[in-house]
Amino acid sequence: MSVPHKVGSVKSKQVSSFVMQDEEEGLDTAEGEEWMQGKTLVKPPDQLDLTEAELNEEITRVLKASNPNAPQNVVRYSFKEGCYKPIVFVDQMAIHFELEGNLVHKDSDEGRRLMAKQAEVDDGGGDERPDNVSIKAGKREQKLTNQFNFNERASQTLNNAPRDISCQTEPPPRANFSATANQWEIYDFYVEELQRRVKSKEKHEGQFLNKEEDKSKKKMIQAETQNDDIYQLAKVVKIIERMVNQNIFDDVAQDFMYFEDASDEFRGEKGTLLPLWTFQYDKAKSLSVTALCWNHKYNDLFAVGLGSHEFTQQGGGMLLFYTLKNPSYPEFIFNTASGVMCLDIHEHLSYLVAVGLYDGCVAVYNLKKKTDQPIYNSRASSGKHTSAVMQVKWQKDDLDSNHNFISVSADGRVVSWTLVKHELVFTDIIKLPVIDTIPDDLKDVIPTVGTSLDFHKQKDYSFLVGTEHGKIHKGSKYYSSKFLEKYDAHFMNVTRVRWNPFHPDVFISCGWDWMVKIWDQTMKSPVFTFELKTSVTDVAWAPYSSTVFAAVTTDGKVHVFDLNINKYEALCQQKVVSKKTKLFNIEFNPVHPIIIVGDDRGHVTSLKLSPNLRKKPKEKKGQDLPKGPEVEIAKMEQLLSSLR
Amino acid sequence: STLTPFAEVEDTLKRIQGINGVIGTIVVNAEGIPIKTTLDNSTTVQYAGLLHQLTMKARSTVRDIDPQNDLTFLRIRSKKHEIMVSTDKEYLLIVIQNPAE
Repeated sequence: MSVPHKVGSVKSKQVSSFVMQDEEEGLDTAEGEEWMQGKTLVKPPDQLDLTEAELNEEITRVLKASNPNAPQNVVRYSFKEGCYKPIVFVDQMAIHFELEGNLVHKDSDEGRRLMAKQAEVDDGGGDERPDNVSIKAGKREQKLTNQFNFNERASQTLNNAPRDISCQTEPPPRANFSATANQWEIYDFYVEELQRRVKSKEKHEGQFLNKEEDKSKKKMIQAETQNDDIYQLAKVVKIIERMVNQNIFDDVAQDFMYFEDASDEFRGEKGTLLPLWTFQYDKAKSLSVTALCWNHKYNDLFAVGLGSHEFTQQGGGMLLFYTLKNPSYPEFIFNTASGVMCLDIHEHLSYLVAVGLYDGCVAVYNLKKKTDQPIYNSRASSGKHTSAVMQVKWQKDDLDSNHNFISVSADGRVVSWTLVKHELVFTDIIKLPVIDTIPDDLKDVIPTVGTSLDFHKQKDYSFLVGTEHGKIHKGSKYYSSKFLEKYDAHFMNVTRVRWNPFHPDVFISCGWDWMVKIWDQTMKSPVFTFELKTSVTDVAWAPYSSTVFAAVTTDGKVHVFDLNINKYEALCQQKVVSKKTKLFNIEFNPVHPIIIVGDDRGHVTSLKLSPNLRKKPKEKKGQDLPKGPEVEIAKMEQLLSSLR
Repeated sequence: STLTPFAEVEDTLKRIQGINGVIGTIVVNAEGIPIKTTLDNSTTVQYAGLLHQLTMKARSTVRDIDPQNDLTFLRIRSKKHEIMVSTDKEYLLIVIQNPAE
């Protein structure tokens, strides 16, 4: 800033002696004048040393109106001419000092406003609320509205009270799962999967049957859920029962399997029968055993027919099946309307059982079915026997593959029954010839009672029938009018006639006349005759030897013979039941060395044959003994030839 | 064979229980809970629990060796009794017998 200084273009040569300074240094001169009253000459150190001449030189100073600082060479681009052009007129004003004042003209807008605010304030009071300032601007013209009159406006909203809201869901149900992964679990699963697939295939195929199936399935399911608890136990319980029985009869079972009577060596030829289990059933107490038969497929299963031999004591009958594995209770129980007189189990289909009843009916039971009723019954069909059926025997299936069996009855007829669908169709084979003692006019009325029947093992068309009169007739299925041969066997009832299982010509018969006779079919008279002191009720060949047979008598004794060893005497004559019990039936087990005998109390006793009774011919040293039926036949042949 | 399976099983069970020398019988279901018994409660529970485990172990052994095979029954003979366990897919039948009369 420069102090305004009167500088005039005055040519002055005034050089005061007191002021020794140039007007170039005006300030210093003035000031020097005042406080430097000394006479001394003071020279500032940086004063230019000028000569007198120079000091006397006149310098002209000119005042201009132009600003020395203003630019003189401002150039602007002119778009009109397309070149740079200097601007001549440049603003020459130089501002040395600027100060903004706060004076406002009172007639201006702002002035008036402020004066109004001022008036409001002066009115006194006024609202403290700052937000009214602008509204009452008219009144408060005097109030200042400068930038520094700072208004802060804040507003408080209503704060809602904070609340915690949480939601707890119900946890998903949890269950503990554990399983083992074994090889067999995997196997089980695969098996089930396979079954499911098979079932689904079947469903697709048989879909039209679905409705019926569903209904039956529903019923099944209901029934099953009731019984399901215990039903599945059936098999399990059966096994346990057998196990318990095995424990009880443990010694018997051991004997059955392993015991061989060592004392047989000392007994010479004789043998004994070791009693094993006794089979009895409470409800059969009043009945007597009338028939026995082993099952060929299951060698421990046998059938017992119960009824009564007495004419006067006829009641109901029973068919029971026992197994050696469970001696205390029968496996199967069938009740029949009248006494069972005979039965036979089919050789191949061991679930088919034919029974002949006292009232002349024949029936066929199917063991696979769970019913009490026979699957076939000749009750209602025509051609049924008018009198007790004494023997039934299964035959080979006929040409139409129907099963058939033959029965002989007390009415003298030999009838063949064929199982056709749901019926028994009968065919008369032959009628037993009436004996001569009956007068002619009664011949048609009084029949010849047939008591026993047996078919040849190899030539199954040939059969033997024993009669009440003691005759044995040999017949053939192909000849229906006449018998081929007649043998005068016994004086009384022939109770049993059987072919030898090995030799084709030999058969045995027994009767109430105390005799057991062995015949060669080519000869009219018996080859061997044995007398056992009471009536013989049954005789059977052994399946393992052609020369061994056993007979039972009414005095409760079992007689075992081996013709190879002793032609005249029994090897064993043993009483096996308590006194006054009559034995009625005997059967050899096809595999095991045991026999079963049935008595009139309804009991069946099993006996083991001692080694002496099971002898095979002695082996000659160095020679291999040929086994098989040929040997047996040869044995028999040898015997017979010696007697012819 | 003349009875419904249900009655047949009941019948057989009764027969077994009636045999002289049989101390008791227990029928146990697949979870080891006894459903039928002729013994008192504590003994039953004990037998059922222990024999169930043993049977499972035995069955596991048999099937591990050959998955097509399965356990039929188990017999434990001790000085005093013989315990026979017969098994099925779902049930266990335990019979305790005194074999030597």
